[in-house]
This record gives sequence, structure tokens and C-alpha cells, in this order.
Amino acid sequence: MTVRIVFLGPLRDIGGEVEREASAPLDWEGLLAAVGEPVASHLQDARVRVACAGRVLADKTALFAQEGDEVALLPPVSGG
Amino acid sequence: MLDVRLLREPFQPGALIGPFTGAHPGLGGVCTFVGEVRGGGEGVEALELSHYEPLTLPGMEELADRATARFGLMGLLMVHRVGVLRVGEPIVCVSAAALHRRGAIDAVDFCMDHLKSAAWFWKRERRADGWHWIEPRPEDHAALARWRPA
Repeated sequence: MTVRIVFLGPLRDIGGEVEREASAPLDWEGLLAAVGEPVASHLQDARVRVACAGRVLADKTALFAQEGDEVALLPPVSGG
Repeated sequence: MLDVRLLREPFQPGALIGPFTGAHPGLGGVCTFVGEVRGGGEGVEALELSHYEPLTLPGMEELADRATARFGLMGLLMVHRVGVLRVGEPIVCVSAAALHRRGAIDAVDFCMDHLKSAAWFWKRERRADGWHWIEPRPEDHAALARWRPA
């Protein structure tokens, strides 16, 4: 019945949480609604990737997470 | 031998490199890079590396496979820390064994450029006024571009 959404890197601070649950199935519009602002606006940044069930999506807007899937929000990595 | 690890506790690179080298009799060269938390005048008190378990280690293993094939390696050791690190602690150790020096040296350079800007790690620094996330830098992407076919 649920999809787990995991916030990574700076998105943890921006969202103020490490993870949350949403109802399955979860598509892109559902994800944006579930995370709320301001994380939703960061997700529109092309450099922010989304993984579902351990795979990075080539097109994050094609997200379709099923019961039990984990959706990870992946901001750009740090470099340095 | 491919040895790829994510570690949550401090490690001593020297203790890994000896056995790694010993596991490849007949090698012609070993190249090792160790990265540590920078001290100096930047006011950094600690560095925290976070990762995403389902992607980070599989991504490192895939990178190790690519480097091994591309540079014809006999073996590759790739160890990366996560968690909170203090100044002077090792963050990363990459060691490559090959028949000839060029393959070993280039493989380590290749792996480090990819670990820095294409592996799933997020870093933040603690300074006197609190934690600061480290943003991607253009020079890291320029370093990656060196390895693409012309």
C-alpha cells in the first residue's frame, strides 16, 4: 500500500526529513505532491535524479513506483 | 582481484596495500592514491560523507569493472569511507596492479575522477558556524570529460 520516499544529501535539510511514506502506486505528479514545497521545486532541476527500486531513472517524470518500492531523491553529488 | 568496500570506521591504507600487492605475483607496477580530509586554514573541523546503500556500492563495483577492462588491470582495490571523519583521516584509497606502470597510473586517475564527481556520495563540512553542504564544482566535470572518447 505504500512507497517509501528517501531524501538524500542537501534535500534532507531542505525537506526537513530523511524519509516519508506515500500511497502506491506513485507517479511523478504524485511524488511532487507528496514531498511538498520546497523539495518539489528542487526536483524540477535537471541535475536532481530519481531512483526507483535501486535503479536511477533515465526520465524521472516516467516514475511509476509500485507497492513496496523505494524512491530515492538524488541531488547532484558533491565533488571536491 | 577486485576488492571494493565502503567502510564506516577509520582505516589504515597501508594495512590494505601490502596484502593487495602480495595477491598479484608477477605484477609490473602498483599505483596507489590515498585521499585524506584536508586541514590547513579552511577552518574545517569535520567532514561527513553520506551515501545511498542501493546505489553507491554497486556503482563503485561497476566503476572497478570498467577500469579493470579499460586499463587491463591484474587487480584493483577501491575503499571509500562514509560517516563523520576528522581532519587527517583517510577518505579514499585506490590501488591498481598491472603488468606495466601506465595502466596502473591511469586506472587510479580514472577511478578518482569518477569517484569524485560521478559516485553517489554527498559531503558536508562542519566549521565553527555549523554544517555546510559541498556543492558540485565545474572542475570536477572537466576532470571527467578527459576520459570520454574524442
